[in-house]
Amino acid sequence: MNNLLDKIKAAKLVGRGGAGYPTAAKWEMVKKASGQTKVVICNASEGELGVFKDFHILKKFPQDVVKGMVLAMDYLGTKQAYFNFNKKYYRRIILKLDPILKRYEAKGYRFTVYEEKPSYIGGEETALLNAIEGRRIEPRLKPPYPCDAGLFGKPTLIHNVETLFNVARVAEGKFEPNRFYCLSGPKKLNRVYYLPDSWTIEQILKKTKRYPRYDFFAQIGGGASGLVINQKQMETQKMTGAGSLQVFRSTTDPRQLLLHWFEFYAKESCGKCTPCREGSFQLYELLKRNKRVPWKKMMTIVEIMGKISFCALGKSIVIPVKSYMKNVLKKRA
Amino acid sequence: MKKISIHIDGKKYQCNEGESILQIAIRNNIDIPHFCYHEDLQLDVHCRTCLVEFEGNVTTSCNLFAKPGMKVLTNSSKVKKLRDENLELLLADHKKICPKCQQGYFCRTARQMKKYRITGTKYHRDEIKAPIHKLGTAAEFDPQACISCNKCVEMCEKIGIGFLKLEGKGSKTHLGYNKDPNVDCIYCGQCTAHCPVAAVREQNHLQPVENLLKNRKGKVLIAQMAPSVRASIGEEFGLPPGKNMEGEMITALRKLGFDYVFDVNMGADITTYVEATELAERIKGNGVLPMITSCCPGWVKYAEFYHPEILPNLTRARSPQIHSGGAYKTWWAKKAGVDPKKIVIVSLMPCTSKKYEADFEKLKVNGLYPVDYVLTTRETGALLKKHYINLPTLKKGKLDLPGTYSGAAAIYGASGGVMESALRSAYHFITGKELKKVEFKEVRGMKGIKKAMVKFGNRTLHVAVAYMPKNSHILIEEIKKNPLAYDYIEMMACPGGCIGGGGQPYPNSEAIIWERIQALYKIDDKMTLRTAHQNPVVIDFFENYIAKLPKHKQEEILLTRYSRKRKFE
Ligand code: SF4
Ligand code: SF4
Ligand code: SF4
Ligand code: FES
Repeated sequence: MNNLLDKIKAAKLVGRGGAGYPTAAKWEMVKKASGQTKVVICNASEGELGVFKDFHILKKFPQDVVKGMVLAMDYLGTKQAYFNFNKKYYRRIILKLDPILKRYEAKGYRFTVYEEKPSYIGGEETALLNAIEGRRIEPRLKPPYPCDAGLFGKPTLIHNVETLFNVARVAEGKFEPNRFYCLSGPKKLNRVYYLPDSWTIEQILKKTKRYPRYDFFAQIGGGASGLVINQKQMETQKMTGAGSLQVFRSTTDPRQLLLHWFEFYAKESCGKCTPCREGSFQLYELLKRNKRVPWKKMMTIVEIMGKISFCALGKSIVIPVKSYMKNVLKKRA
Repeated sequence: MKKISIHIDGKKYQCNEGESILQIAIRNNIDIPHFCYHEDLQLDVHCRTCLVEFEGNVTTSCNLFAKPGMKVLTNSSKVKKLRDENLELLLADHKKICPKCQQGYFCRTARQMKKYRITGTKYHRDEIKAPIHKLGTAAEFDPQACISCNKCVEMCEKIGIGFLKLEGKGSKTHLGYNKDPNVDCIYCGQCTAHCPVAAVREQNHLQPVENLLKNRKGKVLIAQMAPSVRASIGEEFGLPPGKNMEGEMITALRKLGFDYVFDVNMGADITTYVEATELAERIKGNGVLPMITSCCPGWVKYAEFYHPEILPNLTRARSPQIHSGGAYKTWWAKKAGVDPKKIVIVSLMPCTSKKYEADFEKLKVNGLYPVDYVLTTRETGALLKKHYINLPTLKKGKLDLPGTYSGAAAIYGASGGVMESALRSAYHFITGKELKKVEFKEVRGMKGIKKAMVKFGNRTLHVAVAYMPKNSHILIEEIKKNPLAYDYIEMMACPGGCIGGGGQPYPNSEAIIWERIQALYKIDDKMTLRTAHQNPVVIDFFENYIAKLPKHKQEEILLTRYSRKRKFE
């Protein structure tokens, strides 16, 4: 097997930005799209709470990430690539990254760096395209999909940092079925671990010696939009989404936790659609105003956001809220 | 396109495959709320109010496209629950903030709030710390009232200006404007005709007019209606677009307490007279060509700000409302023995930039503004409703004599109408003869740029008609390359001409504008008097009044001048 695409298929690579879309399928779609120039974008936006692996990868393996981009460019027959950088990141890795880019630029590849004010919606593929194009940062209506008409209308392949890293590893035959885990928890350091993706959450916590001695629950896959699970569920549950694993004491005050999420949603909503723009604000206000959680009123808004928001950001709010209620509080949501 | 049928709420409807469910519903008068859908603008799908149930899921209908046999529900319990709550979120505090709601103006949004029992009080919206922004003296927007539907932004972009844009994030999202010193608003008000919640709206002249009607203080009140208003005001009362309501309007204006009902159409005939004379002079005397119309203040502001190099081409003729206003405060006042200072003239216009124009110092005649107040069609509708005047039920009235107009004036509201009117008279001024056939159909219709060649005896005139600055820009660039390309050009800011103006009823769309246009040409078709220079009132005004004035006085009533404008001027 020397064809890279086949190798990617065999390795069953999926996107590591959160959505988990099969990488090979994405490549084929962009390849098939009509349009002269194609574009590859490395998404290093990383705006979700509790997720910091992309920065870790960029710092430790910048050559792999760039290699992944170059391989994708070669596959698509283009020399054009963009970085969508979380502003805070680029400044801190510029010294390592720039020489690598220079080497490839000498071979005719072109990289454009876009620095983005860190935001959650900035990670959404089409919002990211708007940002680079200098338009209002909000998701676009699909279709057209980025693979057909993305950046400036060109067929565009957008990959998360970790996905590109994996592509390079596959090409070099060094791929391991691992993923990057971002662990955080009360009074513990935030750390990134590179471990098998087949492990359960319990295994991860135990092998990293971060299994708490107190009663706890965890949120996985994203510090705002991620799933909340109890200790029992950790025995079988594996990592999802963007790879975060946050531990909470069982005694955590529900109102505080909900406020923490709602504040994030209110702050990160792009403002495009009614349910998320107004709903996230109302949720935050509701919890701020009330000393006890007004569950019914709260769920009315959560439902609206979950069912009829424009994009996945707004919709995702039901995941943490409902799973928290069901798995931890044992409440009917 | 393939004809198919679908089911909405259990009833069968014919439609084209691929049409959206919302479009089909609108066409069949099935009510589905929609705040970000406009048939002429891009599909945004972000208000999330146009909900329907399809295959068990609730989804937006403006981007749900018809397939054979599809079944959707517009009012199932699932839909109701989400839609009504979402409307509460969207319209939180709306009634408290909206000046139109407070005036009791019952617009589509207010109707829907009532129908779906949306209180607008369940939630309180975030506070936006941005003041009301004035668009000259024409319009204004209140960021606090904006529901971020983006329609005004898209419309302003579509016409080719791009002055408006949404700012802020999340619940702080609101309407703002372009800070680029090279981009300015032209006061056309297209934004105001596309805002579902009147967050961007005309500046209020309703209040002062009402005060005046209540407390007249010895004033003589004159109403004059623009060509386009009679063809659209019916929409404010639920009539289909394109119903000529002139007769009913005259009765209504008298009922309101106006002493006289004259007509801006008479002013249009004066404008045509002055403009056609100037065109004939420019053509015969090697003046600057092409001559370009100037009766649209939005277009003039566009030229003064974006293309001052073109100003020598603009006709010096004033615009219709200013011409008739000036005539009524001089010629008519003298004839009727009324003190001009006592006269108050209220124009009913399809336009917001006419408010801005009415405010120009440079247009004063004998120290008086020719027009005192300008009400948009929407404001006019509100005024009538406040006085419980149900327009469609009224008997038709007759204009007072000084309002007499020709068919050439009636078509002024439609794109190409000013051109056609001027050609009818210029033909006479150039050749000394009258046209046998007065219609110039080549300059009619809803095309952004229309071009034609017309034969004037042994001379061929090259003419062009453009609406929306985007198209004006194209023609200006063409003239710069080839100054001899045209002899005469009509420019208007609004789609379809004034008939699609920024002061017209909401909704304002190309299809609706087209219906209104038909009404105007029908008026012209039915008239025997079809040219401005044959209007007896206009002849009287020129021969028995203007001709006897010294030249500078004539100019003070008939002509204007232009100058480069800075941002916000
Ligand atoms: S759900 Fe709506 S408001 Fe929220 S981020 Fe997506 S588009 Fe923007
Ligand atoms: S008045 Fe016209 S130019 Fe000004 S903001 Fe509105 S649409 Fe744009
Ligand atoms: S001002 Fe009106 S039209 Fe413009 S975005 Fe706001 S609500 Fe929509
Ligand atoms: S009209 Fe369909 S989402 Fe706004």
